[in-house]
Amino acid sequence: MTKDDILERLRGADRRALPRLATLIENGDPRGLAALDLIYPSTGQAHVVGITGPPGSGKSTLVAALLDEIRASDRRVAVLAIDPSSSLTRGAVLGDRIRMMDRHLDDGVYVRSMASRGRQGGLAWASAGLVHLLDAAEYPLILVETVGTGQDGTDIASLAATVVVVEAPGLGDGVQAIKSGLLEVGDVVVVNKGDQPGADDAVRILRASFELAHSRTGRRAPVLRTVAATGEGVGDLMAEIDAHGRWLNETSERHYRREQAARAEILAGLRAALNRRIDAGPERSAQLANLISRVSKRELSPGRAIEAISAGLESIAAPK
Amino acid sequence: MNAPTSPGYNRPPIRILIAKPGLDGHDRGAKVLVRALRDAGFEVIYTGLFQTPEMIAVAALQEDVQVIGLSILSGAHMALFPRIIDEIKARGLDDILVVAGGTIPKADIPAIEALGVNQVFGPGTLLSTIVDYIRANAPEPSRSW
Repeated sequence: MTKDDILERLRGADRRALPRLATLIENGDPRGLAALDLIYPSTGQAHVVGITGPPGSGKSTLVAALLDEIRASDRRVAVLAIDPSSSLTRGAVLGDRIRMMDRHLDDGVYVRSMASRGRQGGLAWASAGLVHLLDAAEYPLILVETVGTGQDGTDIASLAATVVVVEAPGLGDGVQAIKSGLLEVGDVVVVNKGDQPGADDAVRILRASFELAHSRTGRRAPVLRTVAATGEGVGDLMAEIDAHGRWLNETSERHYRREQAARAEILAGLRAALNRRIDAGPERSAQLANLISRVSKRELSPGRAIEAISAGLESIAAPK
Repeated sequence: MNAPTSPGYNRPPIRILIAKPGLDGHDRGAKVLVRALRDAGFEVIYTGLFQTPEMIAVAALQEDVQVIGLSILSGAHMALFPRIIDEIKARGLDDILVVAGGTIPKADIPAIEALGVNQVFGPGTLLSTIVDYIRANAPEPSRSW
């Protein structure tokens, strides 16, 4: 299949083409990777918006409310909703779609659920690949809902152009709000469930912590209050998301973030590939088996063994 | 870059949609089943209560699931199942395994299977029976596109 064939199928009337290619990419099937290879030059047009925050802060409900806003402005939109896989059984319950079911007759909305499949940090291994696919299918807006994250799940910052961090009332004080981590990567910060007790405090504390502008860009992240279940404040949130998208285009920030995204995708993929090779076991590598044997006999320290193997990666790991 | 990293990995998890069609507010059974399927290593997309036939078919299409599981306790299966199967076929999803469970009388089972529902699990079915059946009969994930 040529590039044009693929793009025509993704953008055309065959509604099964996109979901099926997504599966091939998610499963690491060579046909999926070959297709990605061809369509990648046609990507980079979409505005990728990350929706992240702790479990139960209302991310899915907020995404559903955003869909209403986006469709009211007649833009097509795709949602990638990621939930965690069990580290014990590999199983997963993907329950984000449940909040978005009333958009089922709307051809302008595509929703795909994804399991994290062993990746930490809020995304799945194939999240970036699926974003490229949706981008090539000409969805101008792609919402990526992460796994419910605590303070550390910041991978979304290198996939999305705009990161919306969703908090709920009662999750912490002013010290929580100045810690490193999730809040630090928020381009727009939302206190959802804004009708609940403590919402005013949460907004006040977060605004205080964002009074200092971002050190690199000089931009200050707006802090909004929403009630996703009723739609209150969601119009303002969409306006802020669009404003951030325009700001990216008007400054050099878009270019900077693209480079960060490319770097993150390559490095994450490289780590996954390394993990796969390591997991393939010592029986596949005589060198590794030999090193394990010598370490277990105390002829060699573990540190030296690791050094011996990683020397083979010198060309990548070498400093600039 | 995309494949999971767990040792012994060879086949991707089975993706299954569990849906509750129609006016049926009882989802305890469906939730127990969702949990059992998760523990069996499946990726389970649960769409919740009050699903129309169109909703179920669109979700199955967009999610590219290998299996659809319908849970029904309202007694309306003979009215709803033909419409669900029609919506599924209208979208060309003929290769998806369709199973059903709930309070479905034995007498109705031949008619339901004639519609194209591959297997019906009545009251008292062991969870392990359902898991084993799906594992043995789920089609491979997208062989082509």
